[in-house]
Amino acid sequence: MKKVFFPLVVIVALLFVSAPYLIAEAPVESTMGLVQKIFYFHVPSWMAMYTAITVCAIASGLFLFTNNRSADAYAVAGAEVTVLFGLMGLVSRPLWGRKAWGVWWRWDVRLTTALLMELIFIACLLVRKYGGPGSEKLAAATALFGGATAPFVYKSVDIWRTVHPKTSVVPELLKGSMPGSGLPFALSAVGFVLLATLFMYLRVRLAKQQTQLDDLYLAYEES
Amino acid sequence: MKTIIAFVCSLMLAGPAVAFQPPPSAAQSEYVPATPGTSTEQMPAAPLVVAAYAFVWVAAMAYLWTIARRLNKVDDDLRALERKTASGSR
Repeated sequence: MKKVFFPLVVIVALLFVSAPYLIAEAPVESTMGLVQKIFYFHVPSWMAMYTAITVCAIASGLFLFTNNRSADAYAVAGAEVTVLFGLMGLVSRPLWGRKAWGVWWRWDVRLTTALLMELIFIACLLVRKYGGPGSEKLAAATALFGGATAPFVYKSVDIWRTVHPKTSVVPELLKGSMPGSGLPFALSAVGFVLLATLFMYLRVRLAKQQTQLDDLYLAYEES
Repeated sequence: MKTIIAFVCSLMLAGPAVAFQPPPSAAQSEYVPATPGTSTEQMPAAPLVVAAYAFVWVAAMAYLWTIARRLNKVDDDLRALERKTASGSR
């Protein structure tokens, strides 16, 4: 990972610098107008969040059943990055909704389930921070439940009646439903997912150093 | 028996409620580009777009800053402990 860290930083920086220009050049959508351009970083932030959720859920499961401390480091990194990118999605959606729906927030199934999922991952981090000794296991179990809600949040717009655009908008866009918008969206999505990967890498490093410090303190106290 | 009656009554009440749901609203399944030259804006959208993008940047930078701060703190603690251990072993 160390070998790819700096090239990854450069790629993410390039993508984030080029994204605004490409998004500005992308066509304006017919019914929502300019505000639809929030889509180019709203959806990628959810994609980054789902990447982090996947890492967090798998690592939490591993930590719960094998007690692997490295898996615990990945679980906490995944949970933090999930909360970060979830917050980006939850803030950008009302900004989009204010123009598209006329209100900042609707208790729509997608928005509500996404908010609940965000709260589960915040709960996971709070349990870990304030739960005392052994709270890592409880946090891992909470994260597993958070991970289990993710598919429902994603498919909610297809299952229930909602004002939120369906999941098909992304594949349709990539197929060319709005010529000129596929590339900016794809680059933005790659940029966000790589940014989430970078953040998780840094957070895993921090968690491992914290574990090392705790072990050294214990050894020092015992000597 | 009461449970069975209650269950049947619930089913009878729930049946029409499910059957007479209004047809699904026309949620968008794809985006269509606007015809060039036609105005679709009634309230300014640019501040909302800029605010959303700015929030994404600020949140990402703030998180990066917290990680850097925590990494520095752990590094300092590690160094302090190493010094303590070295002076204790002498």
